[in-house]
Amino acid sequence: MVTTALAPNSADDPLAYRPVALVDLLDRVLATGVVISGDITIAIADVDLVRVSLRALVASVGALAPPELRDAVASEGTGPAAEAP
Amino acid sequence: MSSTLDRVAGADRPEAGTGVWLHGVVRDVEPAVLAAIPGMTGAPVRAVRAAGLVAVVSAAPLAEYGEQALRRNLEDLAWLERAARAHHAVVDALARRGPVVPARLATVHHDDARVAGQLTGRQAELTGLLDRLTGRGEWGVKGYQVPGALPRASEDAGAGGAGAAYLRRRRAQLTAREQGQRIAAEAAAAVHDTLAGYAVAARRHAPQDRRLSGAPTPMVLNGAYLVESARLPGFTALVAALGERHPELRLELTGPWPPYSFAEERPAGPALTVREPAC
Repeated sequence: MVTTALAPNSADDPLAYRPVALVDLLDRVLATGVVISGDITIAIADVDLVRVSLRALVASVGALAPPELRDAVASEGTGPAAEAP
Repeated sequence: MSSTLDRVAGADRPEAGTGVWLHGVVRDVEPAVLAAIPGMTGAPVRAVRAAGLVAVVSAAPLAEYGEQALRRNLEDLAWLERAARAHHAVVDALARRGPVVPARLATVHHDDARVAGQLTGRQAELTGLLDRLTGRGEWGVKGYQVPGALPRASEDAGAGGAGAAYLRRRRAQLTAREQGQRIAAEAAAAVHDTLAGYAVAARRHAPQDRRLSGAPTPMVLNGAYLVESARLPGFTALVAALGERHPELRLELTGPWPPYSFAEERPAGPALTVREPAC
């Protein structure tokens, strides 16, 4: 069993607050949240731009993943599913 | 939207003026509190009040936050991270003081009047959401597959009728890898169901792509749970117990989050996120 319990220290002690992982944050702020459609960013409310943006995210993954993982991914091809017979 | 594309195609000049970036909606907030919270450009956020509600907003120069500029900037990971963290810092500061309905990233209005119009037009919904979120927090539980680990119960499943025997044979036909994925998926569903039963509300986000999560093994659970603050110790204990019960998963707890995943009356389907490549 490997359980990484990060919290609730931050609930008890605001000083113990730790920076959140960008990918966890993007899960939440891009695709959820109240849909009060900004009248400028209607296309974003329809998620079109977000989809494009996440493609770009994957393309620039070097900025997020540690180098050893980047190499592993590169040598592995497109991921686990691609190795299936 | 095609209309958006048309407009973008025809316009290269930077937009002038300043829009209004919405961070979230609260019942009330002291001006002194807002004065201490930096917004998107570093200047303090401010309040737009209407219908007994307060929208907390940032100034958003259209040269950077207008529709065309956003289309370009959202493609820029460094910009996206900066914007996401700036927005989150505001929403998080509000959430630590009381209930907040967070706005999605990049919700930009032309002016205060339009923001006020949203508050007025959606007063009942927003008020209901604030009531629902009061005294509750969002917690994330991610589950990663542990290769080679077997579920606790699988060894002593020898008894059973023809159906069980068939299942055993069928399982034996699967490759170890398929079996591992299936076991992990079943465990993820079981963990999610148990946590959802304890939480006020629950939602499964799409698993994160490994290239984004940086995790060595695939994510099979990316859950969000709205938990009563008073019941938080029980929730964290439950997560730990589920980790013990399911050695085939590595569980990770994150939070507290502002209630991003529960800011809609009726959550849509799975959130849009990059998935593990399908082929």
